[in-house]
Amino acid sequence: MDSGASRLETAYLRETPAPTLPPPALSSGALGWTRKNLFSGPISSVFTLLTIAFAAWTLPGLVRYFILDAVWRADDGAACRAPGAGACWAYIGQKFPFFMYGSYPREWVWRVDVTFVVGAALIVWLLAPKLRGKQVAAFLFFVAFPVLGFVLLSGWEAVGLPKVGTDLWGGVLVSLVVSAVGIVVSLPGGVLLAMGRRSRLPMVRMASVVFIEVVRGVPLITVLFMANFMLPLFVPDNWSPDRLVRPLIGVSLFASAYMAEVVRGGLQAMPKGQFEGAMALGLGYGRMMRLVVLPQALTKVIPGIVNTFIGLFKDTTLVAIVGIYDFLRTVDTARLDPLWAGPSISTTGYVFAAMFYFIFCFGMSRYSQYMERELSKDRQR
Amino acid sequence: MKHLLFAALGAAALACSALGAGAATLDQVKQRGQLACGSNSGLTGFGLPDDKGQWTGLDVDFCRAVAAAVLNDPAKVKFIPLSAKDRFTALQSGEVDVLARNGTWTSSRESDLGLLFAAVNYYDGQGFMVRKKLNVNSALELNGASICVQQGTTTELNLADYFRSNNMKYEGVVFADVNEVIKAYDTSRCDAFTTDVSQLYGERVKLVNPDEHVVLPEVISKEPLAPAVRQGDDQWFDIVKWTHFAMINAEEFGITKANVDEKLKSDDPGVRRLLGVEGDFGKGLGLTKDWAYRIVKAVGNYGEAFERNVGQGSKLKIARGLNNLWNKGGIQYAPPVR
Repeated sequence: MDSGASRLETAYLRETPAPTLPPPALSSGALGWTRKNLFSGPISSVFTLLTIAFAAWTLPGLVRYFILDAVWRADDGAACRAPGAGACWAYIGQKFPFFMYGSYPREWVWRVDVTFVVGAALIVWLLAPKLRGKQVAAFLFFVAFPVLGFVLLSGWEAVGLPKVGTDLWGGVLVSLVVSAVGIVVSLPGGVLLAMGRRSRLPMVRMASVVFIEVVRGVPLITVLFMANFMLPLFVPDNWSPDRLVRPLIGVSLFASAYMAEVVRGGLQAMPKGQFEGAMALGLGYGRMMRLVVLPQALTKVIPGIVNTFIGLFKDTTLVAIVGIYDFLRTVDTARLDPLWAGPSISTTGYVFAAMFYFIFCFGMSRYSQYMERELSKDRQR
Repeated sequence: MKHLLFAALGAAALACSALGAGAATLDQVKQRGQLACGSNSGLTGFGLPDDKGQWTGLDVDFCRAVAAAVLNDPAKVKFIPLSAKDRFTALQSGEVDVLARNGTWTSSRESDLGLLFAAVNYYDGQGFMVRKKLNVNSALELNGASICVQQGTTTELNLADYFRSNNMKYEGVVFADVNEVIKAYDTSRCDAFTTDVSQLYGERVKLVNPDEHVVLPEVISKEPLAPAVRQGDDQWFDIVKWTHFAMINAEEFGITKANVDEKLKSDDPGVRRLLGVEGDFGKGLGLTKDWAYRIVKAVGNYGEAFERNVGQGSKLKIARGLNNLWNKGGIQYAPPVR
């Protein structure tokens, strides 16, 4: 009764919460997303429409050329030459071993495969944050793997692997060897040079500055050209290093100089307090750098480092200029094969090459973004 | 300090290059066990790696022939692909022992660059390609035609000269990149396409319908392609030169890769001298007396190499033309081995 009376008195209050209405159709679901992301204003709408128009204009042609009309199976170029035929993927399939290994003797390509697989496994172990035993992985990758790779690829008679001269190496093998060496050498090299450039010892500083500025001031092509064609003028026949080793050295020096400037940017961004705090704790220079400064400085410049790596990876194609068959060069050469030559061969070959480079570079880029997120968790809210 | 260092480096470089030039190329090749051959980085029919990465081509076979003569193994060749601009540097610096890279033999290359061209292994020259349906049988019928040509090349200049000297008019359709030239020709933007004949055949196989195009017989420029060596080593020059002559002589005597063993029993004194059955003509070259036998056994005679790489046995199907033997209407001629 009591409650009945009070109910009467406050009859204007709601007894139950109002039912939750669905959000307006225009702000939720696919429609809402479209409205928010694609048509949020006149400029955005115009661009969306232009993009759609552009896609509608180009995509059907591309899909038709590269997928629907493409030739997937053929024994020679005749099928790809037929009127209306699109991309000639059969040719990529036929030439794939050449793209991968160049002139590497076919009975020994398993050596290349083993090197690739071991290298890939070690890289995954080294880079995936969830896997344990990083120090073992680092030892294996930076010390054991190069030795293994050298023995496998170049050969060692004592263990029954005949020598394979680097003039026979080619394709993806060369591209990966050049970029792997460049990347592996450039990071420590760049860190040392950057620290050298900020050193208080005048000789060390001068040497670093001169090295960095000289190497950055000369185009890579010039260095490669000098190394491969001028060096033999100065040293006797049996003294000059291998034709592949010369560009390896050149590329490593180059990448180190560029990396040094990236790392220096990170070091300069470090507040003075970090150095002073480390010194106050009684850490020496080495431990201060290793434990306090570098981990923070390098984290800050991950985008720059990866940018350098990606640039380096693509710069490896320059070794083709000094007559080394890197991946792009094998593609460029294979399209001349008279058995396959035809109107669609060049396009197919270059699109394939573009996909190869894109996959590698995009992979590196995604991994770096992932690492940035992982490493900056302490600063996220 | 720095000057001293540079001076020392310079002196060392001089001493070393003097050393390098002094040593006979033949001895270096034998010691290395491999011939370093500067080859084209990719030219259909002349120097091109196949699916397995094996080098093939007319120039490649020439290097294999030299390796067969010197090292008795046509496989002992290291091919170093060179671009057009660094090929001569590579030869001068000793990076390669012989340059078989479709280089045109010119006076300035011998006098200024310190090279010696051994022997012409392919007589090339600028020609024209047209569609068969135009019913043109001679370049002289091309008056008023539009002609696709690559910009800034001697080809472009030769074209202008040829038409002017024959009182004809043409409309040049010019592109910077050779691939664009081909594309323009293939899409009928011009009536004819001009460049060196060997290249015309190489580009023809890339067209949509290669059989609809024909290369006209006129050759309007001289492009003798010849393997080259460094000056200053006459013995090596002789070896390279006579490797070519041996291949020509073998063709003239009808000695082929297949019948070379039979021909050892031949009574023909010329054959017997060439194959080393009679006399020892390899000795003077620093080679063994069966040097020519080795060459033919390894790569065959010149005609075989030609047909296999650029002639009827290949996709290019280039006619022998000037490259036929002197007694068959061409100008390939070799002095006798005796």
